Amino acid sequence: MTSETTPPTRPAPSRRPTDVVIPAGPVRVSAYVCEAVSCLSAQSHDVLTGLGAQVAAAELTDVAVKRVGCLGLCAAGPLVHVPETGQVFSRVTPDALGPIVDTLTTANPTGTLVDQPPFFSRQVRVATEYSGVVDPESLEDYVEHGGYEALRKALTTMRTAEVREEVTKSGLRGRGGAGYPTGLKWNTVARAAGSPKYVICNADEGDPGAFMDRSVLESDPHRVIEGMAIAAYAVHATSGYIYCRAEYPLAVSRLRKAIRDASRAGYLGTNILETEFAFEVEVRLGAGAFVCGEETALIASIEGGRGTPTPRPPYPAVNGLWNKPTLINNVESYANIGPIIRNGGEWFASIGTEKSKGTKVFALAGRIVNTGLVEVPMGTTLREIVYEIGGGIIDDRPFKAVQTGGPAGGCIPTQFLDMPVDFESLLSVGSFMGSGGMIVMDDTSCMVDVAKYFMDFCREESCGKCVPCRVGTTQLWMLLDRISRGEASLDELAQLERLAGMVQRTSLCGLGQGAPNPIFSTLRYFREEYLSHIVDRVCPAGVCTITEPAALA
Amino acid sequence: MRRLGNRPDALIEALHSAQEAFGFLDDATLRYVGESLAVPPSRVFGVATFYHYFTLKPKGEHTAVVCTGTACYINGAGEILSAIRSELGIAPKETTEDGKVSLLTARCLGVCSLAPAAIVDGEVEARVAPKAFATRLEKL
Repeated sequence: MTSETTPPTRPAPSRRPTDVVIPAGPVRVSAYVCEAVSCLSAQSHDVLTGLGAQVAAAELTDVAVKRVGCLGLCAAGPLVHVPETGQVFSRVTPDALGPIVDTLTTANPTGTLVDQPPFFSRQVRVATEYSGVVDPESLEDYVEHGGYEALRKALTTMRTAEVREEVTKSGLRGRGGAGYPTGLKWNTVARAAGSPKYVICNADEGDPGAFMDRSVLESDPHRVIEGMAIAAYAVHATSGYIYCRAEYPLAVSRLRKAIRDASRAGYLGTNILETEFAFEVEVRLGAGAFVCGEETALIASIEGGRGTPTPRPPYPAVNGLWNKPTLINNVESYANIGPIIRNGGEWFASIGTEKSKGTKVFALAGRIVNTGLVEVPMGTTLREIVYEIGGGIIDDRPFKAVQTGGPAGGCIPTQFLDMPVDFESLLSVGSFMGSGGMIVMDDTSCMVDVAKYFMDFCREESCGKCVPCRVGTTQLWMLLDRISRGEASLDELAQLERLAGMVQRTSLCGLGQGAPNPIFSTLRYFREEYLSHIVDRVCPAGVCTITEPAALA
Repeated sequence: MRRLGNRPDALIEALHSAQEAFGFLDDATLRYVGESLAVPPSRVFGVATFYHYFTLKPKGEHTAVVCTGTACYINGAGEILSAIRSELGIAPKETTEDGKVSLLTARCLGVCSLAPAAIVDGEVEARVAPKAFATRLEKL
């Protein structure tokens, strides 16, 4: 692997608590200012301080100005939400706060809210229920909204088996991508021999184009910690790790603060909530290796080594971190645990489809109007997500495909727009749920080029341990490169398909096994684009640079 | 180091801290980290080169990271890179001759809604315009 990436900034900018305005008396109306990375980079912090100053100057003593997490509509940031009236102000600039201050001055909430655009009204929020509602840096605010009640309920009224039973009943399936039943995994770890046991939160969100986990961690970090604590209780673990990408400095700093605050308040540590349960959490930083999202590689990385996967079985549930039984779930899975324990597994199972229960958070990106985060019930159709919630394609260009599942996923073409999105249906059209990234493409994207892009990604991220992946991805990329330049023959297309099948069947871990998927999926639905490049030597989307005939000789 | 408890499994954390302090990891740093944690140099080097985040070369005065995640790619990250190449004459992982600007790429910064995105000296820049961005970098 090359030393390619050295992104951002550590540590994240520190903020003074004085920026937030909390009146001593009753609150008539409040302004929720989004302070997740996306809005922050659009100066939302200046909006927060500016609003605070103007509210103070106007002596509005019954107005609160609050920092909240992601409101979802990142494309229109910075966002300010006035929950008492339902208004959402978008693209707010620090020097034009007048309309918001006017609203805060005059608003007399009567309980009726202004109509929400479909982006907000069509969502069902479970994992992100408090994103954009609670202050991510305040434990008190989380507790005020019912935080840690689920942990209290589990610890004081439920036996460990009952907690696992509730999760099993909910039908929750792993939100990291593979969709393994969470309850089943918890039972395996609980019954495995060996002590101590560990719980790990996989926050190594490596799929390009996916940012659900970042948003959950930045917006509501306590929810993930609470979910992990409940999981630890259920599987008899006493310590846990959150393995988070170093590329998410704000998420890391908010997580660390949340862990400190929770420990101080007795939600972590020993004798949690006056019970005998003890649990500690530590954050471990990733260092920019995509393969570390694979659970055995992630464990190797937490142990301080190179993140190379090992063959499974043994599964981590039986033999994981330090060779002990280890529960690994994704951020979003843990984020769903609190509501499941609070409201019961049957409530969760009542949402979604027969085999895919609950809701799913998707990150909308690419050539779509409302880029951002949405949470919808499983089984919502692609058309609803892209057109009704997502607002359609930028400049009303024709929809071409939506890419899901990251580098191991596939491209779903127009004819499946009315397909309900759940684990099974995505698989049936040759794609994959993945962690929830949805990248929308219009006619300006070339599918050969997209396949080449993902193969380039896998080629660089291959850890090099097994030959099919290390060599295969490079060879596949070279073939795709030749096709994209119009230099390849039809024989080479056949060779591409043969080799792709071989890499899929013989690679050690999910990275190699999934790497050929973009090729299969684009060939399945867009074979004519490959043929245009090879036979006609034309890139229909005008993306690829075709080699001049003279240079070929 | 002391905070991390001098345990071998703290290797990655220690490298993070060192890189944060010195900007990059040179041989002496790697050796020191290895000795402190009782990890052989081969393993320290192996880990430091495995992960993209660690860099063994000194960086320029300013660092520009261009995101090449899928959303940015579709929205023209390639054009940003070629604009930088023509204006500043550097490719990813290179530093300008005067040591002013280092160019890096990232596999996804998770700010896909702002695509194409870049980071200049720790500040996220949204909806980067290739030509203007390259010109601005040159003036840094």
